[in-house]
Amino acid sequence: MTETVLEIDRVSKSFGGNKANDAISLTLGRGEIVALLGENGAGKTTLMSILFGHYVPDEGHIRVAGVDLPPGRPRAAIHAGIGMVHQHFSLAPNLTVLENVMTGTEKLWSWRSQTGRARAKLKALAERFGLVVDPDARLGDLSVGEQQRVEILKALYNDARILILDEPTAVLTNLEAETLFATLKEMARQGLSLIFISHKLDEVMAAADRVVVLRGGKLVAERRAGETSKAELAELMVGHRVARPVREAHERGAPVLEAAAVSVRVDGVDRLREISFRLHAGEILGIIGVSGNGQAALAGLLSGTLLRSSGDILLYGEGVGDLSVAETVASGIGRIPEDRTREGAIGEMAVWENAVLERIDEPRFSRRGLVNRSAAVAFADAIVRSFDVRGGGPLTRTRLLSGGNMQKLILGRNLAEHPRILIAAQPARGLDEGAVAAVHARILDARKAGTAVLLISEDLDEVIALADRIQAIVGGRLSPPVSADEVDARALGLMMAGAWKKEAA
Amino acid sequence: MSIVLDIVASIGLWAAVLRIATPLIFGTLGALLCERAGVLNLGIEGIMTFGAMIGWLAVYQGADLWTGLLVAALSGAVFGLLHAALTVTLGLSQHVSGLGVTLFASSLSYYLFRLLVPLSGSPPTIEPFAPLSVPGLADLPFIGPVLSAQTPPTYLALLLALGLAYAIFRTPLGLAIRMTGENPHAAEAQGVDPMAVRYGAVIVGSALMAVGGAFLTLSAFNSFFPTMVQGRGWISIALVVFASWRPGRALFGALLFAFFDAFQLRLQTVVDGVPYQLFLMTPYILSIVALCVMARHARVPQALMQPYRRGER
Ligand SMILES: Nc1ncnc2c1ncn2[C@@H]1O[C@H](COP(=O)(O)OP(=O)(O)O)[C@@H](O)[C@H]1O
Ligand SMILES: [Mg+2]
Repeated sequence: MTETVLEIDRVSKSFGGNKANDAISLTLGRGEIVALLGENGAGKTTLMSILFGHYVPDEGHIRVAGVDLPPGRPRAAIHAGIGMVHQHFSLAPNLTVLENVMTGTEKLWSWRSQTGRARAKLKALAERFGLVVDPDARLGDLSVGEQQRVEILKALYNDARILILDEPTAVLTNLEAETLFATLKEMARQGLSLIFISHKLDEVMAAADRVVVLRGGKLVAERRAGETSKAELAELMVGHRVARPVREAHERGAPVLEAAAVSVRVDGVDRLREISFRLHAGEILGIIGVSGNGQAALAGLLSGTLLRSSGDILLYGEGVGDLSVAETVASGIGRIPEDRTREGAIGEMAVWENAVLERIDEPRFSRRGLVNRSAAVAFADAIVRSFDVRGGGPLTRTRLLSGGNMQKLILGRNLAEHPRILIAAQPARGLDEGAVAAVHARILDARKAGTAVLLISEDLDEVIALADRIQAIVGGRLSPPVSADEVDARALGLMMAGAWKKEAA
Repeated sequence: MSIVLDIVASIGLWAAVLRIATPLIFGTLGALLCERAGVLNLGIEGIMTFGAMIGWLAVYQGADLWTGLLVAALSGAVFGLLHAALTVTLGLSQHVSGLGVTLFASSLSYYLFRLLVPLSGSPPTIEPFAPLSVPGLADLPFIGPVLSAQTPPTYLALLLALGLAYAIFRTPLGLAIRMTGENPHAAEAQGVDPMAVRYGAVIVGSALMAVGGAFLTLSAFNSFFPTMVQGRGWISIALVVFASWRPGRALFGALLFAFFDAFQLRLQTVVDGVPYQLFLMTPYILSIVALCVMARHARVPQALMQPYRRGER
């Protein structure tokens, strides 16, 4: 047994009547990586916020190296060597990397910032852990992965010995996530202790020494990573067996949406290059690819926010030229945008307002410029019920829903009216197991009902489970389609790397 | 054309530019400090008016001029405290609170003035600041005579712009202020108290605004009348945007506006046949043009006008 650096001792915390943490005890050893696993709302962030002094616990103690930490004081936590990498980065985009790191690290009332010394320290840390960033870059100009590096460096700069990462991979591409875990392992090897929060089973199994499972505010299990399995963890996390639904054989219908050699150019850059696909009613066409390869342009093109520069789009067999947003809605194209909080729903508005936003012009929801509120609320209520949106009703502010429930709302809004076409971009990204299964089941139901689904995703498992046919997107080009029954993960991996291009040549 | 050149080359013009710019420099720097910490302070117009009144009143009652400036600064700090209490502690809308402070401070200054100064035919006057000539500086060609026409508060304003630029960009406190204006949650996570920073910035910033107002009664003129601030507060708010929240550029912006103003005043006297109202408009029109050009690339503090509440997600 290695020495214990951190002890969480029967910590409880309630918000109103809701017990977010219920007598949770946990220890962390030197050089150890512990994964805190749990669904959305299980209480993971709350526990870590208590640890870092953002929240004061109702009961319980935190001890660092045997010494009690005063509750509710981030400064004390920093001083005790705890560093936190927040789920939503806590950085200032207009300041430089160095400024972000240096804030609060010097005596406030001194005549001069010691930038030279800070720069040297940052450089040494960056080299020691392989976290390279330009200290003078404006933070807002960095990629998400680089910004996360800055968050980690910030903690290390404060001499953190215990590092907490709240869902660090939620915003990363798969490649960035792998790099991150390599870094975390290197840190542990050098004697740091780490807790990372996750609801992704793969990464928990791959990166953690020990897994702690939270459910409904309680610690329900603790396992060594080598002595458990993904299936067991999934069951512990959700509380019952979850199986992601799978696709059943099913006749597809006529083509409803076709693209023939369509290119899209944004700000002088070719985002899509002569892509062609044919989407049939009652089928799911998977577009797989590492994010940043043209997915955003594809989704924008099909939802009417981007114009094509060449090529043809055929809707229900007829050439339509460019689509406008209003036309796409009117012609029965439903959309699930990639970034649900920015494009999918308006957080400050109520659930019912978001539910009818796209249809507010229809006579049943408004007449002579006045909204028929009761009809809209009833419509939203039907979605909330039939799509099992939890955590609030039609009158709740949408921001207060968890990611999974917000996604169910968006999905419900689109599927409630049986759209003929659904463009789904990363529909299950960032959701926990239970919500993923629910979202997948709904998409499969829509397929059965004859909806044509274009599934844009970078999750291999998701695409293999749902799609009938698959095309890879690489550098703005689309591969020819392959049947999902004829490929495996390895072949798809090759496609995502652009292997088909060589064959064609 | 030669008229224009004559005006631009005259020492009188540049002396006027510095004099006209001084209250704007104070006001702009004060507003800039508040906004760097994330608080818009529309109380500025009223705070400047009150500073002009109370500074003058103190001197009228027998205090010396520097005490007058100090009293004005303290009154500004009190209004700043009020604005901070409303916007930082209570998290009220910064627009509404700021406009409220302006209305309150303006009416209060008129009320106190009327209460304490008897109504008379010609407004009572004080002996204002005299021009200061600094040995060494005064001997420089052109610049020397321009500076020698200025009173001490103008020198103070110029030094303040440099000092504030240094403080904001080179000291740990300045970084804490900027971080609070960009992301108070991040500031807090790094052990900075965003509430305290905002209080401090608003109080000090408002004190500077009031000093800007007091310059009008203690240096530029020698008496007080209620409408004398004449939108200088609003101009300062616009200049902050023009300056992209940088003190050095704020100084430049204030001088530029003052230049337009001084220039049109002189042009009025030499050009005939054009309604003088047109000349009066020019500095504002040119300011709008300059604002459009400069502000497109401005980096707004990201947390400006957002109340900060601890523990809120
Ligand atoms: N500041 C807060 N105010 C009210 N309720 C909260 C707050 N923070 C968390 N909760 C509630 O506590 C529970 C646990 O939330 P959280 O710790 O964020 O879960 P997780 O990080 O595991 O997804 C949820 O039901 C959530 O709604
Ligand atoms: Mg969380």
